[in-house]
Amino acid sequence: MSTPMLTISDPVLVEFAEQVDAEDPIAVEGGRTRWEVGGAADEGVRLVRAPEGIVDYVPDEMTVTVRCGTTVADLHAALAEKGQRTALHERGGTVGGALAVGENGMHVLGRGRVREAALQVRYVSDDGALITGGGPTVKNVTGFDLPRLMVGSLGTLGLLAEVILRTNPIPAVTRWVVSDDVDPFAILDTVLRPGAVLWNGERTWVELEGHAPAVEAEASRLAAIGTWEDAEAGPPLLPHRWSLPPAALRDVSRFGGERFVASIGVGTVLSDVEPPGPIMDPGVRALSDRVKEQFDPRGRLNPGRTPGAR
Amino acid sequence: MAGFLSSVKRRLNLEPGGNTGSGDPVVDELRSALAPARVRYDGAERSLLSHDASIFDGGVAGPVCFPTTAEEVQAIMKLALEHERNVVPRGAGTGLAGGAIPLGAPIVVAVTKMNRIIEVDTDNRIAWVEPGVINLDLTRHLQPLGFHFAPDPSSQQVCTIGGNVANNSGGPHCLAYGVTNAHVVALEVVLPSGELVMLGGLDAEPAGYDLRGAFVGSEGTLGITTRVAVRITPNPPAVKTLLLSFSSIRGAANTVSQVIAAGIVPAALEVMDQRITEAVENYVHAGYPTDAGAVLLAEVDGLAESIEIDAERIAEIGRANDALDVRVAKDDAERAALWKGRKTAFGAVAQIAPDYYLHDTVVPRSRLADVLEEIYAIADRYELLVMNVFHAGDGNLHPLLVFDAREPGVVERVHKAGEEILRASLDAGGVLSGEHGIGVEKQKFMDEFFTADDLAHQNRLRQAFDPGCRTNPGKVIPSGHSCADIQALRSVPREVWL
Repeated sequence: MSTPMLTISDPVLVEFAEQVDAEDPIAVEGGRTRWEVGGAADEGVRLVRAPEGIVDYVPDEMTVTVRCGTTVADLHAALAEKGQRTALHERGGTVGGALAVGENGMHVLGRGRVREAALQVRYVSDDGALITGGGPTVKNVTGFDLPRLMVGSLGTLGLLAEVILRTNPIPAVTRWVVSDDVDPFAILDTVLRPGAVLWNGERTWVELEGHAPAVEAEASRLAAIGTWEDAEAGPPLLPHRWSLPPAALRDVSRFGGERFVASIGVGTVLSDVEPPGPIMDPGVRALSDRVKEQFDPRGRLNPGRTPGAR
Repeated sequence: MAGFLSSVKRRLNLEPGGNTGSGDPVVDELRSALAPARVRYDGAERSLLSHDASIFDGGVAGPVCFPTTAEEVQAIMKLALEHERNVVPRGAGTGLAGGAIPLGAPIVVAVTKMNRIIEVDTDNRIAWVEPGVINLDLTRHLQPLGFHFAPDPSSQQVCTIGGNVANNSGGPHCLAYGVTNAHVVALEVVLPSGELVMLGGLDAEPAGYDLRGAFVGSEGTLGITTRVAVRITPNPPAVKTLLLSFSSIRGAANTVSQVIAAGIVPAALEVMDQRITEAVENYVHAGYPTDAGAVLLAEVDGLAESIEIDAERIAEIGRANDALDVRVAKDDAERAALWKGRKTAFGAVAQIAPDYYLHDTVVPRSRLADVLEEIYAIADRYELLVMNVFHAGDGNLHPLLVFDAREPGVVERVHKAGEEILRASLDAGGVLSGEHGIGVEKQKFMDEFFTADDLAHQNRLRQAFDPGCRTNPGKVIPSGHSCADIQALRSVPREVWL
């Protein structure tokens, strides 16, 4: 039989797999920007870093193959030269970190969700093997969706080595506007596809994106429901993340904090206080434990971390 | 074939009814758990549900259940567990890869009676639906509210949301909006253990592993969906549909890859070659040109101010690729006629020959023209007629081999040509399936794509959900990786494929 199409030959990935090895407890380190999410890695475990570098960028295909130790900033700088970007959250960390944590940026309405960005994942398994899930094309239902499982798994099922990401065009025009008198919950009935709608309880920021005439038209539609001025950017962000259904943002008592920035239409709230720990349904918790047991029966991958714990 | 199947059934001790005389004990228990009328064991029902829309013919249905609640699905799963029977979930049976074919006389769980749209929550921009709701019925229900369900497979008039979830279904408009996975927010699922769990959730970032994401597209092997929260998408205020015609399919394919390269993400980019365009035009009289080598149906939607710019740019790129004609649909009626033509293309083929085998692969968009040329050459070599109608914008090819199965030897040629088409797609850096799934159809190619270790990892996910391999056994993952005792059922000789 011929060699399977997804067979890995890149010596850089093979070397990473050898470094991960198959025996001792191990944790992977990116930019440490979200190091505490899901619990810090156990003290004293061996730390590795994923390899770096953009392997193959095909702007015409709107895909990029990138090693997971590359910083999101470096990736986005390379993509911007061809007028493209990804859904990955840019806050100083690595591609692998952004995917393993899986949190969306505050521009999720415009840039898409992180869990939909990974078309193909390559990771080192608990027993030191290089595994590929997904595939290189923008549309694919060949086999189970391991990329979805890996995004947000905090490296507890495998250590991400290289991914193929979907890229998106950077719109011709991006414009932030801010208002003190608008009903933030009316924005999505007015603007068809905003990049972001952020509300801090007093002011509402809207990121308009698209062709110049479309952005103009959206701005004038917004003028009918509030008073606006241009802004350089959105509001300053806050450290603690709350996750709510979008409609729950109407009731500010549902989330805490003196200060907050709520992502309207999404449900993420950044606040100055920590949210309560998530409550997971016991059935889902048990199923998640079985997934972990299958992928890492000895618990050697990122011990101490559990997605959904805090 | 009959001899083969009965020998397999004897070997696996799966003869329906078995040695229990007139009544399979599980049938009686299923009837008391549901209602006698909703557990069918007659030959007609079982025969009907032994097939789906694929050309695969090796299925044997056991008792057929029509549950109406999640509790009933749980009861079925628990009885199946107790009696060590397998279970196969089923929607409308429109799948083309044999994913709903019951292997080994399992209990068939048809969710078609769970067809309520439970709630439309415009504030959260979701709708809670049962799995038997028909795709287009949901969109029609949402229409007056200004929303729709974005995935729109060609079978949308009959296929179910549950089936869409199982197959991670696509459709022409998934180019801009994404396939089903992007539109499923939460899933209530009965696990093979009989437990009921909610995967995902309405909140922005549900905690824990994305088991919702892993479940979508698992082809009914991880459990049975009983309730789904789907995203509802606002209807675009403006839509523009362009019909570009070209002297050759290369012009159409190159236009597609250059449109994508220009940073335009149209709502849809569909190509039809001359043969299929002629068949479609004869069938629906939509105004397609029958003298062009290929046509490109391009649709942009969104703000009027925005789509003007994108439509003009697409027309320019088309002209630069020697488009013979660029036409903009002047009204909704013309637009609807063009889409009706595209979506009934497979029905139109019946005029040409009684049988067809529809393939589904994806290649990088820049390789579309080369791979299409190769597909025509392959068909020529096997003296077969091939027609191409496909989701060009995401590189998703649907070569349609058209034939008359009564012609001696033609079936073998169809299969050999199909295999070569699949390999040509892989050689171009493509994948085995873009939206129809693996089912039983493409298992034997899985190890030409994935390594043994890759497949073992897919099996790890399967084992976490279904350690006994009792839910839709014998699908997706090839033999040697899971559910070994059912594997025998899959080595069905080629002769039974039609």
